[in-house]
Amino acid sequence: MTKLDKNDRLIRISLLVVAFSAVSVLAVITIFIFEQGTPIMFKYGLKSFLFGQDWYPSEKSFGLLPMIVGSLMVTFGALIIGVPLGLASAIFLTEFSHRRLTRFLKPVIELLAGIPSVVYGFIGLMFLVPFIRENFGGPGLSVLAASIILGIMILPTVISIAIDSIRAVPDSYREGSIALGATKWQTVRMVVLPAARSGIVAGIILGMGRAIGETMAVIMVAGNAADIPGSILQPVRTLTSNIALEMGYASGEHREALFATGVILFIIIMILNTIANLTSARQKKR
Amino acid sequence: MNRLKITSVGVCLLVVFGFFSCRPNHRGTEIVVAGSTSVQPFADKWAELFMEKRPGIVVNVQGGGSSAGIQAVKTGAAHIGMSSRELKEDEKDLYEIEVAKDGLAIIVHPSNPLDNLTIDQVRSIFSGEITSWKTLNGRDKEITVVVREEGSGTRGAFQEMVMGKTRIAKRAIVEDSNGTVREIVSRDPNAIGFISLGLVNEKVKAIALNGVFPTEGAILKKEYRLVRPFLFLTKEEPKGLAKEFIDFVLSEEIQTLVHNEGLIPIRKGSGETND
Repeated sequence: MTKLDKNDRLIRISLLVVAFSAVSVLAVITIFIFEQGTPIMFKYGLKSFLFGQDWYPSEKSFGLLPMIVGSLMVTFGALIIGVPLGLASAIFLTEFSHRRLTRFLKPVIELLAGIPSVVYGFIGLMFLVPFIRENFGGPGLSVLAASIILGIMILPTVISIAIDSIRAVPDSYREGSIALGATKWQTVRMVVLPAARSGIVAGIILGMGRAIGETMAVIMVAGNAADIPGSILQPVRTLTSNIALEMGYASGEHREALFATGVILFIIIMILNTIANLTSARQKKR
Repeated sequence: MNRLKITSVGVCLLVVFGFFSCRPNHRGTEIVVAGSTSVQPFADKWAELFMEKRPGIVVNVQGGGSSAGIQAVKTGAAHIGMSSRELKEDEKDLYEIEVAKDGLAIIVHPSNPLDNLTIDQVRSIFSGEITSWKTLNGRDKEITVVVREEGSGTRGAFQEMVMGKTRIAKRAIVEDSNGTVREIVSRDPNAIGFISLGLVNEKVKAIALNGVFPTEGAILKKEYRLVRPFLFLTKEEPKGLAKEFIDFVLSEEIQTLVHNEGLIPIRKGSGETND
């Protein structure tokens, strides 16, 4: 074997080790969360965890339903606000805006992703929460506040992926549509968007993943009451907030119950990722 | 191949050094203080000042909560335990030294016309039985109840001293620090919450309970009821370094600091005869 061959093998092996260490981190996290979280779920019964409505860890009552509902509500709210805004921006930036304007606006929007979440939370607490309290009533710390903040936070994800998939639509589609006498807007609506659909959907699901996993900003504006909110003006607690709020002092079964919260969050995020992968796989096939 | 050898030797050395540095090698010059997370931030500061005075000695302050601290002293895992609640009957075999007192203030927005509530009224508000200020002859507005998260010592003390067996309402807003509770109450005209007395400032109003305002005087005279002790616990009568540290905390210097940080100091000399 020549020296070069040896070096090659050495490099290959070390790269393999590095690659596996990244995967093994994921494996360790998964094993750890499940190992810590599942025993208590079976001890008190899966049903009482998933459908119990009372979260009083000091009284051994570990109902996670308010937090599951809370996470879903806030995420859904974020999509209602973020998706139309994001999609509209993406369409404008790709099809209607002046090229120079796009070159300026796109990096600015991407900058939104770089703002730390605690800053979003702080701004929400300072301006959005009092605004909601004074104009709509309730304590201001609410589903609505959390949804708006998260809706803004997922914009960069939704916009950049939507822009990429709209740009990926071949120009011949647009030319064909216009040659048939369609207006610009008709072309966008009936040709470009349907062709870019699966990419846009994948972007939305990624944004959804970001919304459901966000913690800091949500803790600051959501009010964190462990109760199923009766309206969007009432406070809400998400799964991630539940863990972050109480991890500091939790011990014994309380701590295990927070890991169980993590298990449920993990499963929800796995389901979302699988859906995202399936959609993009379907896009490739076409 | 040489390079590989050097790398592997390096890795081995790292592992070996890492292993040794993990072992505590200051036996006899280290005291472990563990327990209440309410006392911890203060104890951290006291430990720092103590270590400045006595170089070479390490005071290791750990959290974990009052119950964990009590357990740690019993098992010998810590030299001194910290508790922010009174000891229960079966824990009374420990030697306890009160190092400070902390008042719990019920706070509302400064614009709230109410100044006084009874303990029963406070309990009904936090349990969700009373939902409007109007019931208490206040404004016709819904009450925003703000509490601390499960597991927090402040919530535990409030639960014990005010709520008793009654549950805190599920729809209460939960925040994870005294500071955020104060922030939210200071911004919401209809809010009510509870925080450590030392952290009350001009942005919120501390209300009187059964007619008694939470002042240092009222607490020392035992007229204001929402007071919890900050206790240091040892297995037997403190001696050696542990005694030195406890005496230091009870010294005038530290007790003045305690006062400045908003806690109620133990009057001079009363600490040692407390037991």
